[in-house]
Amino acid sequence: MRAVQIAGREPGGNRMEILLLFILIPPLVGAALNGIFGRRYSQALVSLIGCGASGIAMIFALAAAWTYSHSAADPAPIIQKYFTWIEAGAFRAEFALYYDRLTLVMTLTVTVVAFLIHIYSRGYMEHEGGYYRFFCYLNLFLFMMLVLVTASNYLLMFVGWEGVGLCSYLLIGFYFRKKSASDAGKKAFIVTRIGDAGLTLGVALLFWTFGSVDFQYLAARIDDATPGYMQGTLTAAALLLFLGAVGKSAQLPLYVWLPDAMEGPTPVSALIHAATMVTAGVYLVARSHVLFSHTPVALAVVGTVGALTAFFAATIALVQNDLKRLLAYSTISQLGYMFLACGVGVFSAGIFHLMTHAFFKSLLFLAAGSVMHAMSGELDMRKMGGLRHKLKTTWTTFLVATLAISGVPLFSGFFSKDEILVGVYEGPLGQHWMFWLAALTAAMTAFYMFRGLLMTFHGPPRVTPEAEHHLHESSSKMTLPLVILAFFSVVTGYVGWPATLGGGERFNAYLDPVFGHSVALLTAENMRVTDHRLSHLALMGLSIAAATAGILVAIWFYLRSTQVPGLLASRFDGLYQLLVRKYYVDEFYDWILVHPLRRLSESFLWKTVDAQSIDGIFVDGSAGLTFHAGRLLRRIQSGNLRSYATWILLGAVLWLGYILWH
Amino acid sequence: MSTVQASDFICILPQIILSGFAILVMVFEPFVPAARRVMLGWFALFAVASAGAALAWTSTLPGTAFGGSVEASFFSIFFMALFLLVAALCLLGSFDYLARDHVQHGEYYALILMATVGMCFMASSTELILVFLGLEISSISTYILAGFKRQDALSNESALKYFLLGSFATAFFLYGIAFVYGLSGTTNLTALAERIHAQSSPPIMLWVALLLMFIGLAFKVSTAPFHVWTPDVYQGAPAPVTAFLSVGPKAAAFAVMLRVFLVTFAGEGAVLFWLLWISAALTMIIGNLGALAQTNVKRMLAYSAIAHAGYVLVGLATGGEEGSASVMFYLLVYALMNVGAFLLIAHLAGTGEHWTNIEDFRGLGFERPGVAACLTALMLSLGGFPTTAGFLGKFYLFRAAVGAGLTGLTVIAVVTSVISVYYYLRLVVVMYMQEGTPQAPSAPMPWPLRVALAVCVAGIFLLGLFPGNVLTLAHLAAMPLP
Repeated sequence: MRAVQIAGREPGGNRMEILLLFILIPPLVGAALNGIFGRRYSQALVSLIGCGASGIAMIFALAAAWTYSHSAADPAPIIQKYFTWIEAGAFRAEFALYYDRLTLVMTLTVTVVAFLIHIYSRGYMEHEGGYYRFFCYLNLFLFMMLVLVTASNYLLMFVGWEGVGLCSYLLIGFYFRKKSASDAGKKAFIVTRIGDAGLTLGVALLFWTFGSVDFQYLAARIDDATPGYMQGTLTAAALLLFLGAVGKSAQLPLYVWLPDAMEGPTPVSALIHAATMVTAGVYLVARSHVLFSHTPVALAVVGTVGALTAFFAATIALVQNDLKRLLAYSTISQLGYMFLACGVGVFSAGIFHLMTHAFFKSLLFLAAGSVMHAMSGELDMRKMGGLRHKLKTTWTTFLVATLAISGVPLFSGFFSKDEILVGVYEGPLGQHWMFWLAALTAAMTAFYMFRGLLMTFHGPPRVTPEAEHHLHESSSKMTLPLVILAFFSVVTGYVGWPATLGGGERFNAYLDPVFGHSVALLTAENMRVTDHRLSHLALMGLSIAAATAGILVAIWFYLRSTQVPGLLASRFDGLYQLLVRKYYVDEFYDWILVHPLRRLSESFLWKTVDAQSIDGIFVDGSAGLTFHAGRLLRRIQSGNLRSYATWILLGAVLWLGYILWH
Repeated sequence: MSTVQASDFICILPQIILSGFAILVMVFEPFVPAARRVMLGWFALFAVASAGAALAWTSTLPGTAFGGSVEASFFSIFFMALFLLVAALCLLGSFDYLARDHVQHGEYYALILMATVGMCFMASSTELILVFLGLEISSISTYILAGFKRQDALSNESALKYFLLGSFATAFFLYGIAFVYGLSGTTNLTALAERIHAQSSPPIMLWVALLLMFIGLAFKVSTAPFHVWTPDVYQGAPAPVTAFLSVGPKAAAFAVMLRVFLVTFAGEGAVLFWLLWISAALTMIIGNLGALAQTNVKRMLAYSAIAHAGYVLVGLATGGEEGSASVMFYLLVYALMNVGAFLLIAHLAGTGEHWTNIEDFRGLGFERPGVAACLTALMLSLGGFPTTAGFLGKFYLFRAAVGAGLTGLTVIAVVTSVISVYYYLRLVVVMYMQEGTPQAPSAPMPWPLRVALAVCVAGIFLLGLFPGNVLTLAHLAAMPLP
């Protein structure tokens, strides 16, 4: 069926072996150095190690991309096996890395964004405690994320998956003396654990069914099976994997941890909770595209969850007054778009949006961090306004990113979002309701992002006098990464210039060797009469119209007639409260899960089961028993040489008796 | 017997090098001033390194030598590498210990080298007489080493007990060989195997011979009820020597057991199986229960060493490639963690090893966090916690046992190893959760010991996370066995 190629002797193969390893090693070494010795290092050295490690990783990622593109292997995957990691009976997991065009896109996105955020953090964390700790975690995170995207089997990927989760937990709770921060860390860890349980079960099910956890082997086996074969098992496995993705990528109903995760330092929100880690779920679905394309049911679930999350999170974002939380809900919503794309079978559009989103969303966060810096930690947009005069660079870059995420033509978000909308309209599994919901979400996105922009940077200043006194543009350490990210936020879209506008849709075509087979299968299996009532140009027009409408309403509400939002809020108070209270989901979870669990644990599990039964009977009882046995044995050990010799003789005689009796 | 050729000597080159250097150390000893005697230790370490290089060369030339009485195979090379590693680690841990306790003499290093030679012959020879000679060389060297602190009553007691009981037990082994020769007319294991397999029903005296040999080896690996000497000897001997003899001679005796019981006597399945089964169960129970009541760390670790011999016996009872490979893997893991633990105790116990009670380690976690973390890692590995090699070692042993249908024995093994967690963690609890200051004066850790401990701890985690390559080697070594 598909070309299976394992790199060995062909040109580029050996070089890839080294390059791939060297993408991973620098961040690990950096984390180890800063983790072990960082306390004694100066800030300059710590940041040099941290930034240097991520920079070297980026250079090797670029070199690997170049080598791969010039090797004979491209576009087939290169699999580099280093050693057998675990072998237990039939179970076998290699430490092997997998490199194809999808990995290429992921490693480049991750390393470039990570490098820029490392640079930014040098300035941002300057006056914070635990400088070395921060860079150690950040490097460790980068290592784990790279393991995640380069792993060649589910088990190794799982190591990276859990590793980024750990780093996320550590970094959300970075200000561990603050209770809300450590609580948020725990919440993130526990909620994503629910998803991880699903992922673990899914991988176990795949291993149980096919006897392997290797990507390539599984893809080949699933592909060779006749359509409809083992539909139930495949669907179950796909849904379990998707549960893991839902937890990690903060989709309905497990999204609740992400807004709270904003307690972490802002560079962390930018890197982990916007650009990279939260997109791991999308990567998981895309990497498992063969599996998903064989189960339309599971894929439909992915699409539905994605569409609903995109819409749901956008509605909450409409009324947020905290800048970082606004961005957090926007991230959830955009991740929903990516899942929607995968769910309707246009994986490449999902990955495209993942890439453009990584740049403009991390820019938005970093710019928000710059605002926060200038405002002495203030994040409430009601206490901002008119900042554009004082924070020129921050404002300009924030504006670029806002235009990008709103889908304004010529900015990157426009191209990727348009591709998703076209995909939902025409894709193998697209539904009309999904399309209209996505278009409506696009309008809302433009509205809430411009609302954030206008409330922060435009209009009359509402800054408190003492905050105004400190108001200053951030240092060039912080603004330079903003400018570079702003550049990427514009140009990354051009690699996917749509055919409608005379482009070649190069990004789509580039990933075709990866996903093409699955997409073709989906198209063949789901003979949906493609709806051509709306041409691509009309769809694009619709998307532009949605964005424009959102932007105009925002300008009308927050620049022209500033009393309107207040009037609307009081007119529709019930709805407004519902949104401000985020649909009472946190309260609902507390009521249905957290409180009953706590009551059960305290009264029953702790006092009855643990204290009385386990401690009383098992622990104390068995300890007493073994101790008495131990005492008895001690008596044998008299220290007397003759008695020892007697024991040996006795043993010999008894054994001899046994042998002869046999 | 064919004539002796040069290739014969290459086959035993590591042993030749070690013996030669051991003699040189003794010759140099009178000429080295007392303050510089540690140089002899470094010289011995160089000998071990050279033997390692020679071993690497030998490993490229597999085959037999001296008329089929010695072999160079994956099996022998795996064990010899293990012995050299143990010898090197113990040497590194001994330099400053000997100086501290005023017993810096060259004989110590020569004896370590000679004991290693003996162990190497035990693992590489296919001739029972040579196995016996190896056993005696290593035994006599370790008898002296156990009593190396001549001024110390406990050390003397330890050496004397070890010597008398050891001689008693080796007599069994020799008696077994005599029976074998009387019954079959050969002492060559390969020839013996052929003759045994040729007979339809082996004479009952063969079983007696087998049992006598088993008793001799069981004493060395301290399986119940032949373990009684272990706590006294391990407690009394200087701690670096305990590190050596709790691992080296034990692994060598297991190597002989693997070769003799799983290859030569493979036909005597049922008798042998129950012999090993019951020994394993008894040893695990007695070792782990015995350790619970101990208040002295060295004595506790002695019982723990008995218990670990029990786990290894589970692998022997399992047999087959899986069982043998997991035994070899476990012996390596066990060597790393036990040597590490005893060397660390040797350092912490202070001059004259005055502070070896568990209570003496109170508050160590706060006073010396690095040292305490090291000891914690070693204890966790001994207790078999995941991510450490101790866990994977046990996992492979027990999995092989379950795979071969030894469910009952595995249940005993798992239950007793759960019990063992109690006494390993007790040390950790004392270090971190009990108020007080460590009793022993805190001397900075000498760097050779640091290196040895770093190797042990790093090895534990490396093997615990990436066992792949070593496991493959163990399988290669075990392949020709069953």
